[in-house]
Amino acid sequence: MTLILDPTDETVPVSRQITPRDGQVSGVVGLMDIRKPRGNILLDELDRLLSERMPGIEIRRFAKPTFTKPCPDDLRAQMKAECDFVIEGLAD
Amino acid sequence: MAGTPSFELTDLDGNTRAYPASKPSLICFVKEDCETCNTAAPVINAFHTAYGDTANVWMVSQSADGSVILKDRHGLTLPILDDSDLKTSFAYDFNIVPAVFWCPDGKAAETQFEGFVKQEWRDLDQAIASTLGGSAGEIDWDALPDWRPGCGSKHLDPEINDRLRAEADDSPIRARKIEIASADDVAEFMFDQGFSDGLPLVAPTPERVLRMLAGTRRDAKEVIAQMPPNMGDATIEKIAINAVMAGCKPEYLPVVIAAIEAICTDEFNIHGVNATTMGASPVLVVNGPICERIGMNSGLMALGTGNRANATIGRAVRLAVRNIGGSHPGGTDRSTLGSPMKFTMCFAEREERSEWAPLHVERGFKAEDSVVTVFAMTSGPSLIVDQESREPDEIAGTLGLGLEAVFLSKYHMLPVDTLLVVCPEHLDTLMKDGPYSKDRLRDRIQDVTKKPLRDMVANETSGAGMTRAAAAKLSDEQLDRIVPKFASNDYIHIVVAGSDAGKFSGAFHGWATGEIGSQSVSRKIEEI
Repeated sequence: MTLILDPTDETVPVSRQITPRDGQVSGVVGLMDIRKPRGNILLDELDRLLSERMPGIEIRRFAKPTFTKPCPDDLRAQMKAECDFVIEGLAD
Repeated sequence: MAGTPSFELTDLDGNTRAYPASKPSLICFVKEDCETCNTAAPVINAFHTAYGDTANVWMVSQSADGSVILKDRHGLTLPILDDSDLKTSFAYDFNIVPAVFWCPDGKAAETQFEGFVKQEWRDLDQAIASTLGGSAGEIDWDALPDWRPGCGSKHLDPEINDRLRAEADDSPIRARKIEIASADDVAEFMFDQGFSDGLPLVAPTPERVLRMLAGTRRDAKEVIAQMPPNMGDATIEKIAINAVMAGCKPEYLPVVIAAIEAICTDEFNIHGVNATTMGASPVLVVNGPICERIGMNSGLMALGTGNRANATIGRAVRLAVRNIGGSHPGGTDRSTLGSPMKFTMCFAEREERSEWAPLHVERGFKAEDSVVTVFAMTSGPSLIVDQESREPDEIAGTLGLGLEAVFLSKYHMLPVDTLLVVCPEHLDTLMKDGPYSKDRLRDRIQDVTKKPLRDMVANETSGAGMTRAAAAKLSDEQLDRIVPKFASNDYIHIVVAGSDAGKFSGAFHGWATGEIGSQSVSRKIEEI
């Protein structure tokens, strides 16, 4: 028998429950721009289409300082507090 | 009186002998293959004959076979306790056998000594007799030598001692222990667990990790960084485990630690460096006296294979990012093509061959400091070949033209780092007529790469560069403005490395430089 030491951070990923989908969109929809080039063009278009088709919802825009770094904690907390839905413009 | 550690050991008859005890206790550690222990064994047995009714007189043997041999060889009648796992010897913390502990109250040693100095043993005989109120043992002291050196205790054998230290209650080892069944292949197991970069790993046994930790004075439990993307705690111990797997020697560990501190800063942004589809990787440049001390290569093949320190320090950093940070290819490591630098890229600057101030001095450290500097680089070393230039400005011009290739030759005004590695022969040509400063070289690089802005506009040859729409908004005068390769001289980093023969310099090409992406970071390396 050989004994070795665990080289990892020993965390087991937490499994998360997906929020139930009821087919309805209401409340505040956040549009998150991670700041990749042209991400704003995609989100502008989504903004326009959602506003046309779902006049009852409120759209709020968010943006990360730079796409290369993780989202700042404050911004993540703000989106969680303010939004019922978030659409993120992932790049590439 | 010194407190003596508790134990429960089994004698040859299968009885458990426990300490502390209700009776006065004489505990003698021996090993069978030690001449002096064989000299002392009949004396210890005589003590048992004299005092065994009122005191524990125990011989503690360091091997199971040895217990039986000693008993038969000397006709011993006293209890011989088995410490073949050496944990009790380790706990008693002596160096030499025989080692004697006389504990009149059964709890703490009043007298202790090692080896065989006849007078010490005679004094012990008297001390026991006076404590117990009986007569001394019947021992022919004149037949015994005055003095014999003992032997090193078996628990101090390096392999054994590392295991004992790893298992001790105050061991610095805190990481989860993984048992690999003897039927399993250790190397295959580590591949299966995803610990590897694709190459075989050295098994991080507790003994090896302890030896690795001896390379630093820092506390094994110290957390030096939270490593993305999992924000795992990068403790000194976890870094040491990954350094063992990479093949490092303990003396390399301070460099690995400093490099990990550097890449985990917000400025360097290891998360973005890993995640980018462009495929960036840390390039480590080491400066200062530690390079020679640990045998790093700055000369022939400095950027290649064959040197253990260069290869394994860079690899240890990558493995730590993989295992502690949890960044795996296809997970958050998402390079389109990848690069061999994602295995390892670490080298030393050839400071003594260069007239220039070395990189770390340029960056504000003292020459006698040892420093690691990390750069986020996406490709390299791409070679710059010039075997013909004989004039300083000619070779400087060549180095500039070589750097046109960063990203794409069409791109100019790049806010992107480059790390230029000038080879000694090119350096000699630069210095031929006297000092040729790094700043002059930077100016020359910028000068020879200047092009009109209109050359950057998308065209039928290549759609890359400035869009036609953006160009349409500029005047002819603006489009005729000539612009250099780099947005500023500050993006051009210069070091010297390589062998004396060969007119081949090299360049690493950067990633998104600055707050938007990654900035180079230097960290001083712990002095040992």
